[in-house]
Parts: sequence; structure tokens; C-alpha cells
Amino acid sequence: MTFAQRVLSRASGRNVATGDIVQAKVDLAMSHENSALVLSSFREIGAERIWDPSKVVVLFDHRVPANTIKTAESHREVRSFARGAGLPNFYDMGEGICHQVLPEKGHVRPDMLIVGSDSHTTTYGALGAFSTGIGATEMASVWATGKIWMRVPETLRLRIRGRLGTRVRSKDVILNIIGQLGADGADYRCVEFTGSTVDAMSIASRMVLSNMSIEMGAKAGVCFPDATTDRWLAARVPGWSGIAADYGQNAVPEEEAEFDVSSLAPQVACPHQVDNVCDVTEVEGTRIDQAVLGSCTNGRLEDLEAAEAVLRGRKVHRDVRFIVVPASREIYIEAAERGMLASLASSGAVIVNPGCGPCLGGHQGLLAAGERCISTTNRNFRGRMGSPSAEVFLASPDTVAASAIRGEISDPRRL
Amino acid sequence: MASGRVWKYGDHVNTDLIIPGRYLDDYNAASLAAHAMEDIDPSFASSVREGDIIVAGRNFGCGSSREQAPLALKAAGIGAVVARSFARIFYRNCINVGLPVIMCDAAGMFNTGDRAEIDLAAGTMRNLDTGGCVRFDPLPDFLLEVLEEGGLVPYMKGRLGR
Ligand code: SF4
Repeated sequence: MTFAQRVLSRASGRNVATGDIVQAKVDLAMSHENSALVLSSFREIGAERIWDPSKVVVLFDHRVPANTIKTAESHREVRSFARGAGLPNFYDMGEGICHQVLPEKGHVRPDMLIVGSDSHTTTYGALGAFSTGIGATEMASVWATGKIWMRVPETLRLRIRGRLGTRVRSKDVILNIIGQLGADGADYRCVEFTGSTVDAMSIASRMVLSNMSIEMGAKAGVCFPDATTDRWLAARVPGWSGIAADYGQNAVPEEEAEFDVSSLAPQVACPHQVDNVCDVTEVEGTRIDQAVLGSCTNGRLEDLEAAEAVLRGRKVHRDVRFIVVPASREIYIEAAERGMLASLASSGAVIVNPGCGPCLGGHQGLLAAGERCISTTNRNFRGRMGSPSAEVFLASPDTVAASAIRGEISDPRRL
Repeated sequence: MASGRVWKYGDHVNTDLIIPGRYLDDYNAASLAAHAMEDIDPSFASSVREGDIIVAGRNFGCGSSREQAPLALKAAGIGAVVARSFARIFYRNCINVGLPVIMCDAAGMFNTGDRAEIDLAAGTMRNLDTGGCVRFDPLPDFLLEVLEEGGLVPYMKGRLGR
């Protein structure tokens, strides 16, 4: 059985085949600010209690601290519900982005079926979970029943091999793959990331792959658990008992594709689609007004580290606003203790609190009409980060840092 | 059965185009509707009429899980969304808020302004101006039922605690 078939067989209590529609039991359900919307549907359907409070995580990350009165009011409503319902896993503002906080706090384990009311819920696939996004009303129904209907998806296995060059990262790998497969190249399917390149990656780097699998339409994006996963989980999950022998690695997927990334150049996704990807060399010299380092894609310690290494002893260009958003409180503290935040700030970065920051165009660095930004985030849709006539380019932490120094899109290998 | 005038769009219409992030702190359907499709078609919100139908290409609704996207379209008056393919979260969200979604490659048969008629249960879509007709696979029964009851909330309301 493929990974997807295994997880959905267990979750539905019968042996499933691809294409089956099943009622599956959910192991973990996450929602953020849109808990307000979940809550109103939850009340409307007449639900009285959450099916299993220990399996629900609620947190605030999109607009923290509250950026408008409306946000403050909806935070207050969810907060008082979470306290009243005695939710053991409610994290108020300040812990960081859901997709970093859930793994960090040990909520995510291999083989789990996880749903979140956020499209980048695919991120938890980096730890071997089958994890996917749903909408708020559907989350209300999950809160009430613990179950959800799902179609068992086809599997697309991507074999990625080759050693990445200097200043080339998992972000470049996934941008390149999305560029080749297209924004709907993996629609409805469970993508498996395998091969020597993935084996050599840290968990943080694998999270970038799983996170962005949604940008090619994937339902889930999985990396099979290995010794790296095991070590990571042992440090996070209470009572962790080690990874299993088989997660479906040997099953035959419906489709496979191969990628050799040994000579891959840093990649850039140009406006206004994530699959509009080219080598950095093709857009070098494009002037920028803002650079952003952060998000559930690239706001982790290794991302801050990479950017800091590029910037150390240098200054951000005087025409560029460089905004740094650590993905979580834990990352913020560690980066501070290691002197990385001080170094970035000395170079001219503005460091804001952990959370989504300007990624979704809510606050903390919106773009004016006609402005250009290079960002480590995951979407460059028109209007995503502010004015609909602004432009967003997506790239790795190294490329963003190099571009912040020069004031134009720059190849980090040539700095 | 749904019928109305067609609004035609291309491939990969994403959720930020359907309802931009800057309006998401508002959960009021009517105020969302006022900004529906604003960044792709500024004329949409002011001239869309009750029952109108969106006809699009591939991967409609790609991007975020924001339920405000189908909510904004529904509140604006849209009676059905027809596309060659959909992003899965948007597709589920439409059914959950009671907005009919139809997977069908109909874009070649319609222009903006044409009048269309859809029979959800029979799986047919007609162009009332040209007389053309295209077939699609109807939704599974339980999803049709959710749609018929007006979405997941009314559907669950009747069933919870049974
Ligand atoms: S960082 Fe951006 S993409 Fe990630 S959860 Fe927050 S808003 Fe969504």
C-alpha cells in the first residue's frame, strides 16, 4: 500500500484503494485566526462540545499582535472560547506560525492524519504525517465529530538526486520542481519527496518541500521518516518510541518523476504565479524596494543563519526595507542567543515578532503601488503583499539576503 | 438547476484574486462580496447579478484555504462556478458553503455575457444564446445532498446528535 492508502486505511478502519471516498478519523486538527469562523459554524450547527479537546490545536499567528480592532475582537472571542472549553493546546499570540509551532511542540508524528484550516498544513508531511488543508466550516464539523470525508489520492513520487551547490537550498529545489510541473502539476495527489537529496536534508529543509507542495496543487506532501526524523522527534515528542520500519516506501506509486539537482542554480519565482520560475541569473539586476525573510516556508533557524552569513559585516542597501520574521518564539530566542538577531539588525534589518508577518498582506510591511519585493515566502499572487500593482519575487534566504545588500535581485553565489 | 449570465476567466484564478488578504479580518459576507474578484476584474462586484455563473479554465481557486473566497462569490450572487479543474480546498469549501461547483471544460463554449443553464443532477450545461450543450459528471449523491440543503452547516444541523 502507498503511504496515502496506509494512513487512510487506518483512519477509516478498512483497506482502501485509490479513488475510494472514505470517512476518516482525524488525529489532529489545527486552526489559527480563522477559528473565529470555525467557531461561528460550530455554534450554528448546534454542536455543544469538541469531540476530543486533546486533538485540537488553536493558535494565533496571522495578525499578531492584533492589527485592527476587528482582529482584536475576533482574537478575544476565540480566546474566551478556548479557555471556556478547556482546550489544552491553545497558544495565544507570540508562539509563532502554526506550521512551525505544531511540530516544535511535539504535536506532529509520522502516520498521523492531520487537517488544518490553512492550505500550508501540508508542511507536517516533512515528519511523515498525511496532512492537508480544509476550510473553516469543514473544521467546525471536524471539531464536532472528529471525522472527515476524503478521497484516497493517487501518488506522485518525486525522486530527487544530486548534491546541492553552495548557496543552493531546498527552496531552490521546490521552486524548480513547481516551475517544471506547474501550479496544478500535482493536483489532488499525494506527493512523496524521495531520493538522496532529500535524505541529506535537515527537517527544516524538508519542511520547505512539504510546505510548498500545495503550490502545485498537492493534497499532501510527504518525506518518509528516517534517522533524521527519528532524532528530531525524540527531542520533541513526549514518550517517542521511534520510527516504524515501513511507511509505504516500497509501494508502487501511480506516477514517478526524477530530478537531478546537482547543477541547479538559485531559483526565483517571478510575478504573479509561483510556477513562473527562472534561474536567478535571468532576473539579476531587477531593482527592489523591500526584502522579506520569514514565513512557514523559510523563517526557521537555518534560514536566519543562511541570511546572516550572507549579510555579516555588510549593510542592507539604503533603498531597501529588509524585514525579518522568525517563525517561532523558540527560533527567535535561539537566534537572539546566538547573536544572529543583533548581527542582522546591525546590518539594517527590521526584526518583527514571530508570526506570519507581511506574508499574507495583513500588516508589518505592505507594498505600495508599483513597488517590488523579494521574499522567502511561498506566494507571489497579485495583491498578496499589499497593492495589486506591486510585484513579489520568491527566492531562498541566501538570494533574498544578497538582494537586500545590492538593492536589486542578486545571485548569492557571486557576492 | 441554476441559470444566469456567464463571467468568463482563464486558468489559475487564485484565492487572493477572488478575495484579497487585506479584507480577511472581516467575516461579513456582504462586505466581502463588495470586494469579490477586485484585483482581476474591478467591474465584477458592481455589475454581477443574482444567479450569474463563473466559467473558468484550469485550477480555479488555487492558493489559500480561505472560505471567504466562495463566501464572497456566493454573497455577490454567483449561482455556480464551472471550471475545467479546481484546487481541492476551494472545491470542498464551495460545497461546504452551498455554492455549486462543476468540473467541466466549458470555457470554449461561452463568452462573458452569454446566458447559461445548468442541471446539476442531470450533469448538463447549456448555452441559451448559442444552443450549445456540454455534459459533466454529476457530484456524488452525498455532496449533492449537502448542496441541496444549502451547505455543510444546515446539513450538519439536521444530523448532529442523531
Ligand atoms: S506564513 Fe504565510 S503562508 Fe505561512 S501560514 Fe502564515 S500567512 Fe500562511
